[in-house]
Amino acid sequence: MEYINQVFEEVYKILFLLVPVLVSVAMIVWLDRRVWAFVQKRQGPNVVGPFGLLQSLADALKYIFKEIIIPASSNKVIFILAPIITMTLALIAWAVIPFGEGQVLANINVGILYIFAVSSLGVYGIIMGGWASNSKYPFLGSIRSAAQMVSYEVSIGIIIINVLLCVGSLNLSDIVLAQQNIWFIIPLFPMFVIFFISALAETNRPPFDLPEAEAELVAGYQTEYSGMMYAMFWLGEYANILLMCALGSILFLGGWLSPIDLYPFNMIPGVFWLILKILLLFVLFALVKAVVPRYRYDQLMRLGWKIFLPLSLTYVVLTASYLFYFNLLPTL
Amino acid sequence: MVAHAIFFYIFSIIAVISAIMVTVSKNTVHSVFFLILDFISISCLFIMIGAEFLGMIMLIVYVGAVAVLFLFVVMMLNVAQQKNKWFNSETTSSTHIPVGLIISTIIFFELIIVVGGWKYKPELSDQNTTQISNEISNTHSLGQILYTDYIHIFQISGMILLIAMIGAIVLTFRKREGVKTQSYLKQISRERSEGIEVLEVPSNKGVKIDD
Repeated sequence: MEYINQVFEEVYKILFLLVPVLVSVAMIVWLDRRVWAFVQKRQGPNVVGPFGLLQSLADALKYIFKEIIIPASSNKVIFILAPIITMTLALIAWAVIPFGEGQVLANINVGILYIFAVSSLGVYGIIMGGWASNSKYPFLGSIRSAAQMVSYEVSIGIIIINVLLCVGSLNLSDIVLAQQNIWFIIPLFPMFVIFFISALAETNRPPFDLPEAEAELVAGYQTEYSGMMYAMFWLGEYANILLMCALGSILFLGGWLSPIDLYPFNMIPGVFWLILKILLLFVLFALVKAVVPRYRYDQLMRLGWKIFLPLSLTYVVLTASYLFYFNLLPTL
Repeated sequence: MVAHAIFFYIFSIIAVISAIMVTVSKNTVHSVFFLILDFISISCLFIMIGAEFLGMIMLIVYVGAVAVLFLFVVMMLNVAQQKNKWFNSETTSSTHIPVGLIISTIIFFELIIVVGGWKYKPELSDQNTTQISNEISNTHSLGQILYTDYIHIFQISGMILLIAMIGAIVLTFRKREGVKTQSYLKQISRERSEGIEVLEVPSNKGVKIDD
């Protein structure tokens, strides 16, 4: 009986996390399109509901009622599995994101490694989708995407090492609490810029959206997908973007900590600040999409391996030397 | 502890079945997917015995990087053609299978020796000098051991990996003739005066521009 109660409690907690995440993913799609439209002096989706807020809901309804077409020559099991894996991996990473002091679903010791591992597994959804479609555009798109994600994961990993050197713990709550005096964006500002650009590449956002470059590859790995399966890829992608924003705000912007440590601002719950920071980063993501043209593939690879990797490695050496010289290394 | 046992059996059964499927399945890409499933369930087992750092590193390194490369290589191979040459053709069938048998027998006996030593000489494995306290997380304790007692071995293994990487690059790198590359510096530093030339065009004669 006690087990059952415990299971129910956990399920309740998980639903309490997942439902807001899914709803905010739908809202973020709307925000993305609106920001994009405003930069280009258009209106964007503004018809369904107030300010067009219900546009994503209407789109989701349309996707649900569309027919799912499975190509005859595809590998059916893997074809169906691919969007499921993308979606699942995008959602399970949220388990370790702390929304306040102690407000976290799983407060594990290796939280940052967990997020890194899950985001590195995200490649498989795309490779499986591209390979199982058994058609040339999806295959090319998935190969591009896999190479891109593996390359930029390297620099993200090294940037995370920079932050971990200053914290001395792999726990996400500890990382936030270590920023009580100063947010890491100030001492590690170059790393924040590189992290932001790598996150764009990692989530296949413009200007690095080569896997789905419509001019060359139709829609990349999603070409053969339709209906709800396409929507799952799409939701997974936006959930990943949101996760990267959350990770950026936890690593560099002080997570749930309020920017001003004074009386009226202290009273506001941490969730509010975290959401505000995530939204700020997301608007930056959307602005980049609106103003920057797409990279060429060789330029993308050059940026990842020849510029970001040496830069972030050098910064690791600098951070470590600085901390060691001034005896600031975190202790146990 | 019941839940612990249930999850242990779920993960280990998945691990064993997917390990068998790696060798049994006819499609090589499916084999790699089963291998990935195997890695994932084994890292879950690592996490269950409390080695969460090892489990996560296993996920990041093996599943996130090594298996992706496996998948690339396997997808690029033309498997249908190779299958014929490898097993069915008359000339090569006898040369590969014995080699595989010998290697697998050696590995099998090595495993027996390792497991047997653990079983019959348990005092050997207790002779490690390091004390691991239960108060700090295993990430900390791993770091404390690796960077103090075993620093030289750790650094040497790092150097060996680096040399292996450089070796692989040297072996596969060859300079090809006639490849057109772009120099970014040249492209950026191009001025209008270099690119555009204003010519006086004489009437009825024209000019030659490609000389």
